[in-house]
Amino acid sequence: MNHSPAASMDSNDAGLALELIDIVKEYPGEPPVRALDNVSLEVHNGELTAIVGPSGSGKSTLLHIIGTLDRPSTGIVRVAGIDTSQMSDRQLSGVRSHLIGFVFQSFFLLEGMTAIDNVANGLLYRGRAQADRRDAAAEALRRVGLGQRLTHTPNQMSGGERQRVAIARAIVNRPSIVLADEPTGNLDSRSGGAVMELIRELHAEGRTIVIITHDRELAASLPRRISMLDGSIESIESIESLDDTADTSVGATR
Amino acid sequence: MSAAPAMYRSKLKPTDVLRVGALGLRTRRVRTGLSTLGVAIGIAAMVGVLGLSASSRQELQTRIRALGTNLLEVEAGQGFGRGTQQLPADAVSMVSRIEPVVAVSSIATVDSTVRRTDLVSEGINSGISVFAADAGLLTTLHATLADGEWLDDATSTYPAVVLGSVAAEKLGIVDVADQLRVRIGDTWFAVIGILNPVAPAEGLDRAAIIGIAAAETYVVGDDIVPERIYVRTEEGAIDAVRSVLPATVNPETPEEVEATRPSDALAAEDAASNAFTSLFLGLGAVALLVGGIGIANVMVIAVIERRNEIGLRRALGATRAHIRRQFLTEAVLLAGAGGVVGVGLGAAVTAIYASTKHWKIVVPPIAIGGGVLAALAIGAIAGLYPAARAARLPPTEALRGT
Repeated sequence: MNHSPAASMDSNDAGLALELIDIVKEYPGEPPVRALDNVSLEVHNGELTAIVGPSGSGKSTLLHIIGTLDRPSTGIVRVAGIDTSQMSDRQLSGVRSHLIGFVFQSFFLLEGMTAIDNVANGLLYRGRAQADRRDAAAEALRRVGLGQRLTHTPNQMSGGERQRVAIARAIVNRPSIVLADEPTGNLDSRSGGAVMELIRELHAEGRTIVIITHDRELAASLPRRISMLDGSIESIESIESLDDTADTSVGATR
Repeated sequence: MSAAPAMYRSKLKPTDVLRVGALGLRTRRVRTGLSTLGVAIGIAAMVGVLGLSASSRQELQTRIRALGTNLLEVEAGQGFGRGTQQLPADAVSMVSRIEPVVAVSSIATVDSTVRRTDLVSEGINSGISVFAADAGLLTTLHATLADGEWLDDATSTYPAVVLGSVAAEKLGIVDVADQLRVRIGDTWFAVIGILNPVAPAEGLDRAAIIGIAAAETYVVGDDIVPERIYVRTEEGAIDAVRSVLPATVNPETPEEVEATRPSDALAAEDAASNAFTSLFLGLGAVALLVGGIGIANVMVIAVIERRNEIGLRRALGATRAHIRRQFLTEAVLLAGAGGVVGVGLGAAVTAIYASTKHWKIVVPPIAIGGGVLAALAIGAIAGLYPAARAARLPPTEALRGT
């Protein structure tokens, strides 16, 4: 909230991919547990943002609320400018199928399904024909450098490759925002580094990405960081110097 | 902005519902096979029972048709304490005087044996009995010849024999053109004909039949008294003829004469097998129910195991209805596969059993269609609860780490 005009200019696009206003999330109990306490934040189109915090800081709850998998107790969530607070469960599913891509720590690929079919699942609930979905999936897999792995199943691939398949699945529906929950958490440092490299490339192509992580070092390497502590935002910082090259490439692609 | 969400609607095409529903079956084959088994056994039992009863009924009806419902059989009753009674010698001519009687003929057991050669002792006779019959027997019983000819007025008086189908087989005689002879008592009889199986009198299949006159002359050396009389009546007159038969055959002691209708016995057999059919159908239904519970059980486990998949699908945009449809489809496909396998098994059992009995194989279409439909319905019912449970699972809970 405290950097709206400037940030909009930085991101080369006035549009907001995500807007959270005064989000409170309470779980019932005696006394009630307040997982999120008046959280407000904005993510502009084309930004690469880290939400960082120790476990229990509320970042997972925040991820679920941003991804419309959960509802806030109070507050407003806008995805691509659309207010989701009054939406039915069905409408929220529609928002997820069109506007949001998810990357999970443990990949969540379906065993016994080829890479291309796993990626095509990213378009499954859009009602498109299977041939269409597979074409788009093949393209996305080529984009993440797995053009040679189209017909491999998850158990024939390394962890890093699996996560790249999952990333292809998250971008295949061209979402407004990609949410990555600890994307390198299950990977060794080498393949983790490769996955982060891929994420930076995707960002450089203009995609909006939010990474949720507990890893301060990883967060520090990203252009914008939102630090969480005890259900509140502790700080929001942008390090322009780090992001210079990335920002110019964003400018170039747009 | 409130209009915008309409553009963003999740859709899952029906073909894709089938695809995602089939996914669990493809990836967990052993479990699919095992959980399908229960329904398969239930359906197989029901289809098998229906098929066997239809086949056996078909067989019975064929036999009843072969018998004709207008055939009556007359025997001397087993009088209390008086031993085996005999029919009067003139019984056949008496019966033939009844107006609606179309044909009548008699047979009598001849106490002798049949041998291919006189080199073996009389004790070894392969269980072939000897009957003396009159020339009208063939037409009265609607019997047919496999080979050769039947006894006529002339051959009835000569040492000529017609063999029943089983008897011919046992004696190793297939062709009367071989001009073979068999030894009955102390006389050689020329084989002049071989019968096809005789439906109304199966005893004839294992018998050698000779003329009454020939039996009297060459084997017994005495007059032969009819033991059993077959009466063919006009259609519709059967009850009337039956009621007057005892008094006609033996006016003095009509109560010692028994007139039965062979087709009645078969009809009774049919009714008895009906009772068994219901019993086995009930057992099949129980197996089916158990199979359905098995599928519900497996589906509940699948929903628990595949929590992450459900969470992922919700994250990818699946609605609750899509999740519900997926698991419901899976349950229906599981049970449906069981149904198809079961129908196949049931039909196979019917075919195998019927062909060992040389019956015509009948699997009623209603058993095939009904079997598959019943399985699908069982699957739908079994899938309801697990599918609802999967749909109710909140995405955040479903995505929680494994």
